[in-house]
Amino acid sequence: MKQLFTFVKKEFYHVFRDRKTLLMLFGMPIAQIILFGFALTNEIKGSKILIVDYAKDAASQQLITKLSSSNYFEIEKSFADHNQIEAAFKEGKIKLAIIIPQSFYDDIQHFNKAQVQVIADASDPNMATTLTNYATNIIAGYQSSLSPTKKIPYRIVPQIRMLYNPELKGAPNFVPGVMALVLMLVCTMMTSIAIVREKEMGTMEILLVSPFKPVFVIISKAIPYLLLSVINLIIILLLSVFVLDLPVKGSILLLFGASTLFILTSLSIGLIISTVTTSQQSAMMASAMGMMLPTMLLTGFMFPVENMPVPLQVLSNIVPSRWYYIIIKNVMIKGLGFSAIWKETLILFGMTVILLGLSLKNFKNRLA
Amino acid sequence: MSTIELHNIVKTYNKGSVKAVTEVSLAVATGELFGLIGPDGAGKTSIFRVLTTLLLADSGTATVNGYDVVKDYKAIRQCIGYMPGRFSLYQDLTVEENINFFATLFGTTLEQNYDLVKDIYVQIEPFKKRRAGQLSGGMKQKLALCCALIHKPAVLFLDEPTTGVDAVSRKEFWDMLKRLKQQGITIMVSTPYMDEATLCDRIALMQAGKILSVNTPARIIEAFPGKLYAAKAAGTSKLLRDVRAYPPALDVYAFGEYVHIVFKNEEGNTAHLIEYLHSQGHADAEIKEIKPAIEDCFIRLLKQ
Amino acid sequence: MAEPVIKTNKLIKRFGNFVAVNEISFETYPGEIFGFLGANGAGKTTAMRMLCGLSAPTSGNATVAGFDVYKYPEKIKQNIGYMSQKFSLYEDLTVTENIRFYAGIYGLGNNEIKEKSAALINQLGLQNEVKTLVASLPLGWKQKLAFSVAIIHQPKIVFLDEPTGGVDPVTRRQFWDLIYDAADKGVTVFVTTHYMDEAEYCNRISIMVDGRIDAMGTPASLKKQFSASSMDEVFYHLARSAKRSAD
Repeated sequence: MKQLFTFVKKEFYHVFRDRKTLLMLFGMPIAQIILFGFALTNEIKGSKILIVDYAKDAASQQLITKLSSSNYFEIEKSFADHNQIEAAFKEGKIKLAIIIPQSFYDDIQHFNKAQVQVIADASDPNMATTLTNYATNIIAGYQSSLSPTKKIPYRIVPQIRMLYNPELKGAPNFVPGVMALVLMLVCTMMTSIAIVREKEMGTMEILLVSPFKPVFVIISKAIPYLLLSVINLIIILLLSVFVLDLPVKGSILLLFGASTLFILTSLSIGLIISTVTTSQQSAMMASAMGMMLPTMLLTGFMFPVENMPVPLQVLSNIVPSRWYYIIIKNVMIKGLGFSAIWKETLILFGMTVILLGLSLKNFKNRLA
Repeated sequence: MSTIELHNIVKTYNKGSVKAVTEVSLAVATGELFGLIGPDGAGKTSIFRVLTTLLLADSGTATVNGYDVVKDYKAIRQCIGYMPGRFSLYQDLTVEENINFFATLFGTTLEQNYDLVKDIYVQIEPFKKRRAGQLSGGMKQKLALCCALIHKPAVLFLDEPTTGVDAVSRKEFWDMLKRLKQQGITIMVSTPYMDEATLCDRIALMQAGKILSVNTPARIIEAFPGKLYAAKAAGTSKLLRDVRAYPPALDVYAFGEYVHIVFKNEEGNTAHLIEYLHSQGHADAEIKEIKPAIEDCFIRLLKQ
Repeated sequence: MAEPVIKTNKLIKRFGNFVAVNEISFETYPGEIFGFLGANGAGKTTAMRMLCGLSAPTSGNATVAGFDVYKYPEKIKQNIGYMSQKFSLYEDLTVTENIRFYAGIYGLGNNEIKEKSAALINQLGLQNEVKTLVASLPLGWKQKLAFSVAIIHQPKIVFLDEPTGGVDPVTRRQFWDLIYDAADKGVTVFVTTHYMDEAEYCNRISIMVDGRIDAMGTPASLKKQFSASSMDEVFYHLARSAKRSAD
């Protein structure tokens, strides 16, 4: 028994003297509670919606007022032409559109029944369902307010249309997210481990003391993982098309192009990690803690970024997978072309250049 | 001009708290087999790393083959071979694959320089398809040596190549080094084994970052102050205690089956000592004057 | 003649088809310094693991400190000390913490621990280093401390696996002074080493080749047997003909 106590005492010494582990032990839970408690939420507030009012009468005005006064919605635009709706969805700024037909007031008065069209961006099916629920609730509320005493109630029937993903499959949301996660994981973690392994084993010494330029060491480490990641990508796409029944609506070429760019971004992150770590274990931890966690939480496929507090939104802008996720969704799920993703592509490209530059600069020509 | 030169090299780690090398100056001539002899922590590996351009010294200058280790490191890396302390080859590649990899790294092939490594290669050739991780310690050292030599370097740096290897393999390794020397390669070797010092042309004895002495083994032995005696009797540990208690003895230490003694007075009185030992119960005590070994010189230098 | 502290009879250890230890038989006595030599791969480490109760033999008999290695390996572990070159003390604990830890593990009472710690620290002259992390000590001091800690519970035998590797000649001899002290107090010291001059410090030696013990005796008798002038020569003579070290 006493021996057990002695051993436990020793283990405590080890724990308290390892500052890095201690930081993780206490820092992580605190960070997670704060993040999950305050920042990450599935509740959606202030979503930007589009209203097209063909009626332009007192009734429609009342409905619009009710919608705009709700916490859940923020009216982004309110134009008169529903042809621009599609463009607005493509831009990705609005998640929901409500179209009030010209005969709204007349239909209510004469037929006791009117229709309102509700169109949602179902590439994120959870969000779409939530938003349409909010909308239909408000419409129902307006409906009740119209007939408090009349015996035959008014009925306003929302016609719901789910864009891009009519069956509300979960796949369109998480497949791009998984792609981002997997590529990030494989490229970043495996590359950093591969380079650090040379340092750990001691063979890096011999490589450095040879005419072989260090930059070629990096390139030769990156190439196998680049190829493997492309294969991985193909497997994921095949699985999602044939098993999950999720076709690729847009250009496959564009998809591969963007993915290759993202792979390079992840590789550069892996490189940077390898220049600052000295053991495979710490490389793995840095990749997992440093990259996986932000990727999972801040990319936007688990928790919508728009609903996070501003500091986190700003932070999510520097997470590369956030931009890749948007590109994939736009190309694969919404079937959009380059014109829709040029901004995100540029951002990703810029990140890659900076990261590559940093890692090459950091890569030590000597042991120390 | 010497092939390897070090002038007042200082190297510290941990922001100066660990003084690995303190003001070391050395020169190694072309074609010389030079030994850095000293225990762990002497600074041998740090010196190697400065010379092979893997580390920057805190201060001081060094050149290899005429090139400065700081400014012309690229040129140095083209013409040296290096075998670091631990076994640093790819454990999951075969013998053959390792050699081909390192040959290609230096822009050559096994066939091109076969004569150079033939002696060594024929010993490991039977195992060429075996993974390097599954070789015995002695075989691994031979493989590592091959890979370091494969591009016919002008200077070879071997950091503790025989540590942890059994006595037989150690002897074989040094025989190989002697034959390499005949090819005109300058070789700098480090070892903690004092008995290997006599196999070098010149040696530097080092301890705790400082050089105790640099010279040929013969001259270092000649420089031993005074005479050295070896006493023998059954019961070495009792002998050791008794001689230590003998007032005229200055240094007394065990050395294998003997006890080595240096007397305070240059002219030790061995007859008197024998009498004393007889009185202490060592009926069979013997004593003779001996020539010091490098280890004796090292111990003496440490005490100064 | 006192009771043997280690007694083995035709001890064998097989790994599949490979016979690592091939019928070794020997005895060691209290207060003896026994050198266990052999080339790398000869089977020394495997044999030592069996004697320490860490690995069960395939066949043959052995008792260590009076306990059978098959039936009572745990009792053996309580009655031996162990120190190896690769690991002995925790680098991120101080000198005192290491001593207290091992003393506690070996089951010493609180008062005993205090007494023995103080004695140990005095004997090694470490009074100024008690609060130093072991990582900051020079190698020689680490080894001496590790040895003293390994025998703090006064075991009947202590197993030393290449304890003086890489240490300077003066510190090596100080280490052997500690070994002599322990042997004088009746502890059997079972030591392996690559330094042939250290072989001479032992009372008796055995040399393993290809899993067998090919020679055993006092240094003097072995040198006579092989007409050699040093243990180096004896070893070379035996190990050179070994088949295992060739691959």
